[in-house]
Amino acid sequence: MAVSLKETYELLGCIQCGRCTAGCPVGFRTYLNVRKVVYEGLTETGPRDAKGRPEAWNCTTCSNCTDRCPKGVKPMELLIGLRSAAIEKGKAMPTVRDALESTFKHGNPWGRGRDKRMEWAEDLDVPVADEGEEAPLLYFYGCTPAYETRAQDVAKSLVRVFAAAGVPYKTLGTAESDCGNEIWRLGEQGLFELLVEGNTELFRSHGVETIVTSSPHCMNTFKNEYGDLGIEALHYSQFLKELLDEGKLELPTPVEKTVTYHDPCFLGKHNEIYDEPRDVLNAVPGVTFVEFDRSRERALCCEGGGGRMWVEAVEERGERIAEIRVNDAVALGADYLVTACPFCLLTLEDAVKTSGNEGKIEVVDLSELVAMAL
Amino acid sequence: MAEDKNEQREGRERAGGAGGRGEGDRPTTGEDPEARGDQRLGVYICHCGVNIARTVDVEKVAEAASRLPGVAIAKTYQYMCSDPGQSLIKSDIEKHGLTGVVVAACSPRMHEPTFRAAVGEAGMNAYLFEMANIREQCSWIHEDREEATDKATDLVRAAVARASRLDRLTEREVEVTPEALVIGGGIAGIQAALDIAEAGYRVHLVERTPSIGGHMAQLDKTFPTLDCSACILTPKMVDVARHANIDLLAYSEVEEITGYIGNFHVKVRRKATSVDRHLCTSCGDCIEKCPSRVPSEFNEGMAERRAIYTPFPQSVPSEPVIDRDHCLYFQNDGKCGVCAKICTVGAIDYTMEDEIAEFDVGTVVVATGYDEFQPKLKPELGYEAYDNVITGLEMERLCSASGPTEGEFAIGGKEPKDVVFIQCVGSRDETVGNPYCSRVCCMYTAKQAHLVREKLPKANITIFYMDIRAFGKGFEEFYDRVRKENVIYRRGSVSEIYKKGERLVVRGEDTLVGEPMEVEADLVVLATGITPRRETEELVKQLKLSRSADGFLLEAHPKLRPVDTPVDGVFLAGCCQGPKDIPDAVAQAKGAASSAIAPMAKGTVMAEALTASIDEDLCSGCRICVSVCPYGALAYDEEDDVSKVNEALCKGCGVCAAACPSGAITMSHFTSEQMLAQVVALIGGSDG
Ligand SMILES: Cc1cc2nc3c(=O)[nH]c(=O)nc-3n(C[C@H](O)[C@H](O)[C@H](O)COP(=O)(O)OP(=O)(O)OC[C@H]3O[C@@H](n4cnc5c(N)ncnc54)[C@H](O)[C@@H]3O)c2cc1C
Ligand code: SF4
Ligand code: SF4
Repeated sequence: MAVSLKETYELLGCIQCGRCTAGCPVGFRTYLNVRKVVYEGLTETGPRDAKGRPEAWNCTTCSNCTDRCPKGVKPMELLIGLRSAAIEKGKAMPTVRDALESTFKHGNPWGRGRDKRMEWAEDLDVPVADEGEEAPLLYFYGCTPAYETRAQDVAKSLVRVFAAAGVPYKTLGTAESDCGNEIWRLGEQGLFELLVEGNTELFRSHGVETIVTSSPHCMNTFKNEYGDLGIEALHYSQFLKELLDEGKLELPTPVEKTVTYHDPCFLGKHNEIYDEPRDVLNAVPGVTFVEFDRSRERALCCEGGGGRMWVEAVEERGERIAEIRVNDAVALGADYLVTACPFCLLTLEDAVKTSGNEGKIEVVDLSELVAMAL
Repeated sequence: MAEDKNEQREGRERAGGAGGRGEGDRPTTGEDPEARGDQRLGVYICHCGVNIARTVDVEKVAEAASRLPGVAIAKTYQYMCSDPGQSLIKSDIEKHGLTGVVVAACSPRMHEPTFRAAVGEAGMNAYLFEMANIREQCSWIHEDREEATDKATDLVRAAVARASRLDRLTEREVEVTPEALVIGGGIAGIQAALDIAEAGYRVHLVERTPSIGGHMAQLDKTFPTLDCSACILTPKMVDVARHANIDLLAYSEVEEITGYIGNFHVKVRRKATSVDRHLCTSCGDCIEKCPSRVPSEFNEGMAERRAIYTPFPQSVPSEPVIDRDHCLYFQNDGKCGVCAKICTVGAIDYTMEDEIAEFDVGTVVVATGYDEFQPKLKPELGYEAYDNVITGLEMERLCSASGPTEGEFAIGGKEPKDVVFIQCVGSRDETVGNPYCSRVCCMYTAKQAHLVREKLPKANITIFYMDIRAFGKGFEEFYDRVRKENVIYRRGSVSEIYKKGERLVVRGEDTLVGEPMEVEADLVVLATGITPRRETEELVKQLKLSRSADGFLLEAHPKLRPVDTPVDGVFLAGCCQGPKDIPDAVAQAKGAASSAIAPMAKGTVMAEALTASIDEDLCSGCRICVSVCPYGALAYDEEDDVSKVNEALCKGCGVCAAACPSGAITMSHFTSEQMLAQVVALIGGSDG
């Protein structure tokens, strides 16, 4: 019954060119060599799950390997498949197991109760749709902005911006559940499908037409992995760009800062949204924008994706990529390192501390930058 | 194998259907009331070795055929297309007085001409022959033997129904205009034009840019022998300019082309050069004084040319042209005019207008070449971000003594210490929709590495590659030589280029070491591939050519007719048909030239016997047919208020017959009666 990896992941197209490994950000950071994993799969000489090939947990699912493979092989999906196989056999690492269990029980991977999900909004006037109430424009704030103190600033800033622009949005309050993006990438396809089912039903019951998300990860899965959901999924940078273009959002207060922008993988590489965040950023008066050398399609991955928030990386080496990123930003003379993703925000901010750059630079989410300009 | 051999026996006759009657005197076994007269058809089912016989029970098909109305004999044979197979048909025609022949075998595209010729030799009109395709349309695509046999039986029954209604037709001879058109003046077009001209025929050579030469003119040395490209190309360009039989139309484009083999009518737009070529002495003074500077296409934008220019010093024709889009006189309402003041012979003519040249030709050679792959489609390689990441053609210009640096090997004024080449950029790459190999990059990279080594003995030269393809004559030897010049080949692909300080960092994997790696470089050369020429769509449409899946122009048969196209009288040469190096482009050009010469040498071609005819009593004069005919073969006659066919122009495509709302048009060989009988027999089933 077991279908071989080479069939499931169509590995026979691989010519072992190594482009996947060459572009893999964690290939330089750990001993993950994704080409070799493909080779083991196609020659059937390697382990069939991530237990035997633990580097598979290091993948950030940035998709460089899959995007650039000249032969249409999808190495990233193979790695996710290896994770799945490990999970199925109950061989996932404890941190991952906990995150999955928490998502199953509480609808978030952070191990926190559902009742706490709206704590971030406590002192704010955030509209919540009652059961069955229409919510054509839904703000899906997401798990990380709900529970992680620093990431809460993203949600808080956005609702301020929405209010300033008079946006008729609603949230689902504590009824909101994990989007599933990271769950699918951690390899728990069964749980992912449950989430898709539950969320789809929930969105339909509220007559949702457009979802605006805090995180590129949520937007990605709604847009690309929810089948024919029939709902437009936008990252907030796209939505703010629309508001600005329509003249509904005004940013009168100058922010006299030099800023650079870090492309989140799930906004950029996965969804080719490069211009909107830059347009929004440049709409903030006073801002001097400097571009990273490694930007857009060549942007570095911060190592926060693919469920890596809940993974203990296996056998690390070299410099943390987020630290390289921060150092580059400092060298550019930036006051703010702006990004547009809660995971990037957390990893980069942490890297400011570990790289000894505290006081030299601040990591700021695009939503915060916009809120400063209100 | 033994089994196969066993089957190789004489064609077995299956005469007289169920009974064992002798075939000679056997009367028609069934009734087909509408079939013409007393039909005596011969039906031949081919085994095609095992190609057909493996999946189709050919004996059973023959037996069923033998019982069909009008069928005199039905046989099977191992290879119908073989000489004995054809002899079998010929002797049967004589012996049995056959009135028509059906062969059930491969596609008529393969062997219809063979069998038509065979029946013709036996004195039968070739158009009384009919073919059923039971290979491509049956045995090759099915697995179930029983069902395949049933389908083959159906196809044969349909073919027999049609064959019993076929008419004798005669082909017409058409004269061939003894002139040829060559489109594109790269090395392929140049060679084709010279060969045709040498054979004594007039050639019109149309080149879009101000000079012939194509990409070969941009190359420095050529692999694997390292001849200087210009040194071997320019003599040929001069030959073109001098040849009495060649009408060179540079700075021109084909505007319209109609007609068919033997008689194409061509309109060429000669763009206004603004320089009177009869007066100009090519002194070049005007070019020197022109104040408007434009990135030079010939130098891949790495140097400037003027608005009045020749693309390169040895351009043919040698007279300059004014690029009106950049000329100050044209852009600023007549302010400037420096060139006119400088020109002592008064050759500058700002009022010159485009001209249309019109002529007829018998055959056409298409040699429109290729475009280099655009590396901006692979943004991860940083081509647009960094000046010192360059394409293959830019590298050619950089190496060339006539290039922007006069062959000085400098990047930003400094000699590079570390040079990295990356193979397969835009080739063998599905992410950019180019799955094919460009065939020249492995060797031109080796060549360029050699040229770097010649100029920079101390530089570190690294080549990242996926596979090295050194398949041509002298190629492997050249590859061996270059490696030994201390050029390091690292087996692995590159994914990304970025900058660290002033230097480039190339991220690849050395797959033999099994580790990702970063190599620093001052210069990165992308081995950009060969892609189908953009901006030939209009031409391709007008000539009714097709493209293969890779976007290059489609040849008539990938192995046996590599220079022909599906359109009679139109041939392909050079990279328009697929990536190739200069020797292959020249070889194909010579092939295309000889194919283009053949009908001219013969003087006539046989024109289609299949033509449309109009029943004037039924024609309502609506003229729909006139508007749909792609060959202009129909015209409306005011006096009789009907459309009429010019049989000389009609190619028998049948579009008009399908479009006519009154059903007034009959296509010979594909009459409604013939087609309907075929369809009815097919869907009617064995008892229908
Ligand atoms: C970087 C690089 C290095 C190379 N080095 C070598 C080498 O060392 N040795 C080797 O053997 N090969 C080499 N090649 C391959 C070589 O360039 C080709 O084999 C050769 O140039 C093909 O010639 P062609 O006439 O088919 O096409 P082209 O050279 O492209 O010529 C086509 C001509 O047609 C014209 N044209 C196009 N469309 C029209 C139109 N619609 N109407 C009128 N005219 C039109 C064009 O302007 C052009 O003049 C190299 C290729 C590259 C990219
Ligand atoms: S990039 Fe694709 S073809 Fe190349 S080694 Fe990786 S999986 Fe194989
Ligand atoms: S998705 Fe990104 S991190 Fe994962 S293997 Fe591919 S390139 Fe490496």
